[in-house]
Amino acid sequence: MDIVFLSPDGSERRVVAREGMSIMAAATSNGIGGIVGECGGNAMCATCHIYVDDDRLPPLSPEEDELLEGTADERTEKSRLGCQIALTAEMDGLRVLLPEHQI
Amino acid sequence: MNGIQDTTATAPMAAQTPPPVSDFDPFSMDFFRNPFPVHEYLRNLGPLIYLSAYDVYAVARYQEVHRVLHDWETFCSSRGVGLSDFAKEKPWRAPSLVLEKDPPEHDRARQVLSKILSPVTMKKLRESFQAAAERKVDELLARRSIDGITDLAEAFPMSVFPDAIGVPSEGREHLLPYAGLAFNAFGPSNELRNEAIAKASPHIAYVTEQCQKHNLSPTGFGAQIHAAVDTGQITAEEAPLLVRSLLTAGIDTTVNGIGAAIYALARFDDQWDALKAEPQLARAAFEEAIRFESPVQTFFRTTTRDVEIGGHVVPEGSKVLMFLGAANRDPRHWSEPDTYDIRRSASGHVGFGSGVHMCVGQLVARLEGELILGALARKVSRIRITGEPVRAFNNTLRGLKSLPLEIE
Repeated sequence: MDIVFLSPDGSERRVVAREGMSIMAAATSNGIGGIVGECGGNAMCATCHIYVDDDRLPPLSPEEDELLEGTADERTEKSRLGCQIALTAEMDGLRVLLPEHQI
Repeated sequence: MNGIQDTTATAPMAAQTPPPVSDFDPFSMDFFRNPFPVHEYLRNLGPLIYLSAYDVYAVARYQEVHRVLHDWETFCSSRGVGLSDFAKEKPWRAPSLVLEKDPPEHDRARQVLSKILSPVTMKKLRESFQAAAERKVDELLARRSIDGITDLAEAFPMSVFPDAIGVPSEGREHLLPYAGLAFNAFGPSNELRNEAIAKASPHIAYVTEQCQKHNLSPTGFGAQIHAAVDTGQITAEEAPLLVRSLLTAGIDTTVNGIGAAIYALARFDDQWDALKAEPQLARAAFEEAIRFESPVQTFFRTTTRDVEIGGHVVPEGSKVLMFLGAANRDPRHWSEPDTYDIRRSASGHVGFGSGVHMCVGQLVARLEGELILGALARKVSRIRITGEPVRAFNNTLRGLKSLPLEIE
């Protein structure tokens, strides 16, 4: 399955990801620099902040909701943490906008 | 070296075979001096090892260390995260409410700390920590000849973190010895542990006293912990113990992390040049130093049931030693693991642990690391090692006692 990462400068990169992988892991393992994932996916650092406008995503957990208050760039209603979204086959082709800053 | 992997392929019969045995002592001075060749040996022995010197099992490969860290139901912390089994021996101090507890009890106390040490808090701390980092580097530049450990790696965290907790200025010299004691106590009854415990009472008395509400400034992390009593999240008896966690785990660890980064940047010129060229890599340079040196080298878990690892059975009630430092350089997981490379993604390293017990203060550590390395990168043109580095010995922590440097 594919995921498309869009940079704030307008460029985009399509990467191949596996089902079950998080969006954060799909990014870091493909060298997408706009996602840091400092805590390794333990929902502690808010450095895998992304903007996604897509109803295929799982709902926000209270833990993720709280961490999103600490993102470096502005939180919007499209804000999510990449480490908290495990990819499913239905999410093929998902478009993910990266923020300018993660720290 | 792949013989063990071959036998695991023949499960389930392989589950009856004992794991490879090693009689090496993971708490010996020789090992602490240079753990890396032994780490490699242990990783190559197999996914699970039995250490006859202490009657414990051990994992040194990334995959198994990660698995043990994440399966808290099987590999519990409530029987102690050192060699001592709390089910059989009385702990040297009241167990930590986070480090030495399992969910769900653990989570209640943990949530108090993670809220206080959240990304939102870091945004508020950044400005004052940054100013302190710049002041420190300016002061050291004026001196030129410095000790990279005592004057920098120790002095910077000591200048910001105790204030953030809100402990009085008086008596702070007890903080590092107390932490040294706590981390030595995870090891066996060797000289390091026994000597630390013999000298412990003034340090314990100091720390116990600072954890009390009336000794903490009204705005610091300590006061925020005590405020969680009013909201019913923790009891009045628990609050001082949670403050103790910050005082134990929040300073010496960061000192060794910053020390690791400075030592690496002083040794590897190309990485110093890369950081000079792009000071915004400071945070990554700190993170990679944690992976590269693993300031916290080991932790234990205790099995709550018979469990299979790598085709071997670990019986219930066994101590399992995790070599975090070995996992962080496992070539099965990392490319060029023995190279300090500030441009790599170190995400997923286990230097801060992983899973429910992952270091709750990791964001403070990273903030301090980023700011001091960033200030060095912007203000210092050259770092040179001018004398023999002296290693500090501890049963859990890896770092230097002294690193003579010249900066200009």
